[in-house]
Amino acid sequence: MLSSHNRVLPSLLTLAIAPVIQYNYMYQLHAISPPEPTNTADWVYLAVVKQLWQKLAQRYRYSWILLKELVKTDFKLRYEGSWLGIAWSVLKPLMLFVVMYMVFVRFLRVSDGTPTWPIVLLCGISLWNFFSEATTMGMTAIVSRGDLLRKINFPKYITVVAATVGSLISLAINMCVVIIFGFFSYAHYTWRIILLPLNFAELYILALGVALILSTLFVWFRDMQHLWEVIMQAAFYATPIIYPLVMVQGMDKSHPGVGTTISKIMLLSPPAQAIMDIRHNLLSPENVPTVWNTIHTWYIQIIPVALTIIIFVFGVYIFQRNSKKFAEVL
Amino acid sequence: MTAQTTIRKPNEKPAKNPEGKNQATGSKDIVLSVKNVSKSFRLPTEQATGLKQLLINWTRGIKGYREQSVLKNISFDVERGDFLGIVGRNGSGKSTLLKLISGIYTPDTGSISYKGKLVPFIELGVGFNPELTGRENVFLNGAMLGFSHNEIEDMYDDIVAFAELEDFMDQKLKNYSSGMQVRLAFSLAIKAQGDILVLDEVLAVGDEAFQTKCNNFFSEIKKDPSKTVILVTHSMDSVKKYCNKAILIRDGKIVVNGDKNDAANIYTEDNLRSLQKDAKDSSKNKYPTGLNEKVPYMKCVPTSKMVLNSTDSFEFDIEYEYKPSNPVYIAFSMLDTRRGGIPYDSGSILLGNNGKERQKVHFSLPLTLFNNGSYQIVASLRKADPDNPVETLREGFTSDENSCTFSISEEANGTDYALLKYAALDMHKNGTTDIKRY
Repeated sequence: MLSSHNRVLPSLLTLAIAPVIQYNYMYQLHAISPPEPTNTADWVYLAVVKQLWQKLAQRYRYSWILLKELVKTDFKLRYEGSWLGIAWSVLKPLMLFVVMYMVFVRFLRVSDGTPTWPIVLLCGISLWNFFSEATTMGMTAIVSRGDLLRKINFPKYITVVAATVGSLISLAINMCVVIIFGFFSYAHYTWRIILLPLNFAELYILALGVALILSTLFVWFRDMQHLWEVIMQAAFYATPIIYPLVMVQGMDKSHPGVGTTISKIMLLSPPAQAIMDIRHNLLSPENVPTVWNTIHTWYIQIIPVALTIIIFVFGVYIFQRNSKKFAEVL
Repeated sequence: MTAQTTIRKPNEKPAKNPEGKNQATGSKDIVLSVKNVSKSFRLPTEQATGLKQLLINWTRGIKGYREQSVLKNISFDVERGDFLGIVGRNGSGKSTLLKLISGIYTPDTGSISYKGKLVPFIELGVGFNPELTGRENVFLNGAMLGFSHNEIEDMYDDIVAFAELEDFMDQKLKNYSSGMQVRLAFSLAIKAQGDILVLDEVLAVGDEAFQTKCNNFFSEIKKDPSKTVILVTHSMDSVKKYCNKAILIRDGKIVVNGDKNDAANIYTEDNLRSLQKDAKDSSKNKYPTGLNEKVPYMKCVPTSKMVLNSTDSFEFDIEYEYKPSNPVYIAFSMLDTRRGGIPYDSGSILLGNNGKERQKVHFSLPLTLFNNGSYQIVASLRKADPDNPVETLREGFTSDENSCTFSISEEANGTDYALLKYAALDMHKNGTTDIKRY
């Protein structure tokens, strides 16, 4: 326990094997055995996988138990004492959507003119809310659990992961609402929805990476809270969420090149790319442009994904390097 | 303290052999090893923290903090089955050492390694949340200690029964009394048995019934050769009762490593010495409690050791200054600070007409009758009562800060909850007779 949890690679592995954990957990839970392989090669493969799994399970047993309990607790406490309780996680984005819809679509007439725009707007707001909430909650996760950190030794990243997973649960609820609304709002569901797990994983990894960096900084610099609020506000308007990208493209009629360039740069920001991809793949493949169909050079296309990975790896690195000192600084 | 083993109190615990716990096996099985561990903290010298202060410090070219060395080159080993006490005065670095062992802090230099599952209790009920129900808190706290939902489910009934909180488990924790919270936390703690238990001052809380439960738990775990306990405490009674080894830390260094009696005695002496020092500091005031212009100065000053065996005598001087010229009497009482009561009073002793200068009287108090304990000598100066020839009136006395304290501490021979030793009285047992009921 003393020497573990301070290397970067195992932490990366945790996320990579999350589905494996889920799979094994399912079998454990229901006390049924997985189907038996029929030939030797499969047997060997299974033995290796099983051994690897057991090692990982042993190593991350404590983290996994703690993560489950913390997420459960956080979720229970989130709407504790409020009259509508869990309904708020659906109501809040819906109400925000109504406000944005009235102001931007009805009053300011910001729309791309397609019938799918309202649902694309709702989806965008939900996704942005997730990103904003996950990073903000993740940032304060370490400091707000300071009393715990000073009294018991546990892998510190669990608190940040628990905070972001909490936001992820809210997002899942919101997405259910979006999908149901989609049926009445001309959403075009296609085969592309199979790409969604990848898109959501990317958005989550990005949020977690940012949260890890921010939470580390926040331990030493409490200014980050206020600074990040401003940055998030700026980023919200710099991301094509409440306005369609076509509006940016056509903003300067005399110099069409300027608008096109700006819109391309906008798409290169990791949150914008992930959000546009999800809207494209889930709701409206025809009307939502993405980095993949707007930019045609492959090494520029991959910039947002590469940035996401860099941010995440850097986040894990900086967090694990400093997490030993958290208990002393707090 | 010999040959009293024939008469035993009925509720006396069976003879203990804490020192022999490991020797039976012969081989050394070290489960925790602390090697050359040092730790220092950075204490900020500037009030503010944050980006601005960092920038200011950087431009002024100062560090903005100073290093406070808390532990210096600590090394010790703990064997399987040991019950190790860590004692030391406040601020000596005990808790830091415990946090280093628990992995909450990392040492600057040196290394700490251990075998098996280590369960730390720096505080009971870590992670308890007032907004959750008792039941939910059990699962959350259990997870903190590394138990899965199913594992807690299995021991849940035991935990609740031990805490005697069956009717309250679905209430929110904020509606619990503090005693109920402690009970719940403690019963969780004792069910969460790892191989090495690290406990910080757990005994200091709770009512008498709870203390008894702690007591039973410790007595039980002490007998278990597979469990190792590390206990930080200020109670020398617990050290002597449960521990088979002890470490005394003074100013971040190990002063005593191993012998629990040495550790406990030196700790007690450290404390008494600091009391004397405090008394010296405060005696500069004009007339402290108990003194007045007739008796401007009076003080008990120990001249022998302050931690003694019952074969020793406690030697002390009573120094005083008495201004009036009438004959003066002196009296002192011996207070039992742990069990309460006054075991001995000297009565008024006539000193006659003394000069007005500072005087001192020497006393030697034999301790043969008494069991282990902490005692205080309180002295008073008296004059004859004009209305009652056999009584005296008090003119001045030594307050707590001018009194002196000492303690008797020796290898426990049976229990020491009674003031007098077994041998103090010549007990007779006059045969056993049946009582017939009619």
